[in-house]
Amino acid sequence: MNKVDKNKNVKKIKDSLGSRIFDIVNIILMAVIAYACLAPVLHVIFASLSDPVRLLSHRGILLKPLGFSLEGYKIIFDNDTILVGYLNTIFYVVFGVLVSIILTVMGAYALSRRNLLWGNAIMFFVTFTMFFNGGLIPFYIVVTKLGMFDSRLALILPSAVSAFNLIIMRTSLREIPDSLEESALIDGAGHLTIMWKIILPLAKATIAVIVLFYAVAMWNSWFPASIFIRDRSKYPLQLILKEIFVQNDTSHVSQSSSDTTGINTDVFKMLVKYCTIVAATLPVLFFYPFFQKYFVKGVMIGSIKG
Amino acid sequence: MYVETGGELPPLHPCRWGNIVNITTIKKDFKRNWVVYLIALPVVVFFAVFAYAPMVGVLMAFQNYQIKGGFLGSPWIGLKNFTDFFKSYYFGRLIWNTFILSFYDLLFGFPAPILFALLMNELRSVRYKRVVQTITYMPYFISIVVIAGIIKDFFSSNGAITLLLGSTSNLIGNVSSFRSIFVGTNIWQFLGFNSVIYMAALSGVDQELYDAAALDGAGRLGKALHVTLPSIMSTIIILLILRIGNLLTVSFEKILLLYAPSTYSVSDVITTFTYRKGLLESNYGYSTAVGLFNSALNFLMLVTANFTSKKLTETSLF
Repeated sequence: MNKVDKNKNVKKIKDSLGSRIFDIVNIILMAVIAYACLAPVLHVIFASLSDPVRLLSHRGILLKPLGFSLEGYKIIFDNDTILVGYLNTIFYVVFGVLVSIILTVMGAYALSRRNLLWGNAIMFFVTFTMFFNGGLIPFYIVVTKLGMFDSRLALILPSAVSAFNLIIMRTSLREIPDSLEESALIDGAGHLTIMWKIILPLAKATIAVIVLFYAVAMWNSWFPASIFIRDRSKYPLQLILKEIFVQNDTSHVSQSSSDTTGINTDVFKMLVKYCTIVAATLPVLFFYPFFQKYFVKGVMIGSIKG
Repeated sequence: MYVETGGELPPLHPCRWGNIVNITTIKKDFKRNWVVYLIALPVVVFFAVFAYAPMVGVLMAFQNYQIKGGFLGSPWIGLKNFTDFFKSYYFGRLIWNTFILSFYDLLFGFPAPILFALLMNELRSVRYKRVVQTITYMPYFISIVVIAGIIKDFFSSNGAITLLLGSTSNLIGNVSSFRSIFVGTNIWQFLGFNSVIYMAALSGVDQELYDAAALDGAGRLGKALHVTLPSIMSTIIILLILRIGNLLTVSFEKILLLYAPSTYSVSDVITTFTYRKGLLESNYGYSTAVGLFNSALNFLMLVTANFTSKKLTETSLF
């Protein structure tokens, strides 16, 4: 901290007027960009808390809620659709991430061995899939032929391993010195013991990164569900959101058991939209400041050679 | 996938083919490493089933594929699906839309995070820098469905941005503004996060280089141009190659969520056309042919970009 301050003082003396003007402009520009990233999100949050009637007649960005009302949240939580979507998404995230991380760690461990005759060949086999794929239809047919249509497995298995994450994991496992494992091998430990007792504890940070990558991707995923799932009781949250925004159809989320009159009018439609956005996004927005540094770390491991 | 920022670029050099096909070496290796191969098996099976089986499946492109007959029972029709596509009214429009959307996205979306990182690098307060970073990463974590919902809302006929621009029409449903909105919101969403990798590269620049430049009389602009930029050049080139390799995939999901029949003339791209033909109209063979055409074009561009870069700058992916 001190060092930085000293540097600042030294620079200040030398700074020309132009340089100082640049600094000020730069600071303002960065503030404007940051605000532009924040404003839409704040707008949505404020709108979701607003009085629906005033909201309907309002135009422009909201800087604070218009009045205060939790009516929208009441509507969406009064009805099962959003709750079921929530539970489904949590199910997909938990089991999906579990399957993904187990497969990824196993694959990365095997591919991080240096004395493997077929190591490079398998690596090529994996990497090639990042640059070429069969396309949507053959993929769809394969998954369907495996009997996964309208099954929860269709959202977990076909996207379980990302070649990109596997490569990040492998890179980081390669940094663990070979001598550690060799001495364990000599002591008679098997590969599973080494993986479990030596590698995993040392690679904890990277595993956390990969878990987060998978979890956020799964939380935000909607497309596979939209092509494979027909049964509404298996819909993840994002697919329900898609219905609301794209088809502009709020009927499923706002059908209240007690009162159905007037609730699907434009007044409530808008409110319900904002409330579902907030409900679906808040968990990620709440946690991301804590885990963004791990994401950053993951990108950096991925780019070591870049 | 938009996340293709970086990625360790794994060695693609040929394996030791001599050893790989030598039976005694294979036996020896297998005896020593069979457990390791067993551990690798699930992942190999995964890619075989979900990545390579569909690649074999592209042969459907040469069939009049029927779900009933399946892969083996459907009639082979040669190149008919391809010629149908090339001759169709949509061919020119799809190619042009795909190309121009990707091109604008590259032209504006690629330099933006670099510029942003360079400007951020000039900020003197570490704490301010961190706050700006955290806030600008945020849009990256929001799901594309929600992003699309917010875009539709903000650019609707009485949306916040429409008002700001002094317009009263539904801009996202407008042929003349669809592309700008698409590219602009992409920049907005990825600006912060895509700058991460450049920030990482910038933090590795040797301070002595700056001191030397200062001695030579370089000002801040001079240092940025002659020290900072060259030292992150190889990162820029690698990311550019990757980006070009993915050029024609555009952001398929985002277009799917944002487009409407009224904007098809500018918004319909090859991948969305594949989706409609294949999954909505069950025209499997034809759709696969279009998809294969797209994948092949993509792959060709990746190889060309890589080759050009290797010749010109000696930086390459493989």
